[in-house]
Amino acid sequence: MAWELDSERPIYAQLAEKIKMGIISGQYPAGSWLPSVRELAAEAAVNPNTMQKALTELERTGLIATRRTNGRTVTEDAALIGRLREETARELARSFLHKLGELGYDANSAAELVQGLQEREEGPGEKQTETGNESVKTDR
Amino acid sequence: MEDLIAIKNLTKAYDSRHVAVNDITLTLPRGRIIGLLGPNGSGKTTLIKLINGLLTPDSGSILINGEPVGTKTKAHVAYLPDRTYLAGNRKINECLDFFGDFYADFSREKACEMLSGLKIDPAARMQTLSKGNREKVQLILVMSRNADLYVLDEPIAGVDPAARDYILRTIINNYNPGATVLISTHLIGDIEQVLDEVIFMRYGRLVLYTSVDNIREQHGKSVDAYFREVFAC
Repeated sequence: MAWELDSERPIYAQLAEKIKMGIISGQYPAGSWLPSVRELAAEAAVNPNTMQKALTELERTGLIATRRTNGRTVTEDAALIGRLREETARELARSFLHKLGELGYDANSAAELVQGLQEREEGPGEKQTETGNESVKTDR
Repeated sequence: MEDLIAIKNLTKAYDSRHVAVNDITLTLPRGRIIGLLGPNGSGKTTLIKLINGLLTPDSGSILINGEPVGTKTKAHVAYLPDRTYLAGNRKINECLDFFGDFYADFSREKACEMLSGLKIDPAARMQTLSKGNREKVQLILVMSRNADLYVLDEPIAGVDPAARDYILRTIINNYNPGATVLISTHLIGDIEQVLDEVIFMRYGRLVLYTSVDNIREQHGKSVDAYFREVFAC
């Protein structure tokens, strides 16, 4: 159940990233209360001091705020969250393009690839679903 | 607040050729989980025994809460030794009584809660338990105290990975900002995420005392990987 962390980068930075992802993805909605440091630390299976440091880092960016002694809330600034969401998406797209670039794809052929995948998944020909989904279908 | 432990020029030799702890000076703050790491024979257990007053230093001093090691400090230090001292024919319940009699800061409720979390029957006798379960019982006894300092000598070596997770979670959940946990272990990778700081020892000397994230920031690798590099054979 512990959060997956890689072994090279500082732990607090990775924790901050995970919480940021939680906010961007709506797991922690704008304006909502965050779990306590202790709860988050237990969930992630990390040291509470490290979690504290991660939250302090996020506070610095304005993404979360401390409400006196009651705990922390996610910012109500939906525009800020939207901006971070777009930034993160762009970053992911960039690294995706970079990896495809190593395989010899340029931006256009990458776009075609994505479109092709999407059509196949959304299209009427659902025969191409993986075997894992087959059992679900027969149940219905 | 003053430092929890202040060690000054601490030296302990078993004979003239074997200096187990060699001129260590170190202060440890409150509220940290600290890994005491080093290869076999680097002096970790000797240092721990000195902190617990089981050995007397040849020279140098240790202050805990500003007090020299003695009866007073032992009341606030919860120690898990590297081998058992509980009699095999005792029932776990009797061990709970024993700890309750011995330590004013022992919480029986906490211990019972953890025992049931690990599905260990308190009516069982120690000698009927598996090695791993015996280790778990001992750790539970120690962690059920409300101490200022927890000193755990190889607490996870003999238990399975699932119990290891439970134990680490127990340490995190019982974490209290005024207390420090000092853990000696070889299994760095398993506990790296719960550590604030690490102490590296070699040949009885202090090699390094820094935070886990400092090592990661400066060297771009985990403490586990860094340890293997520093202590490469």
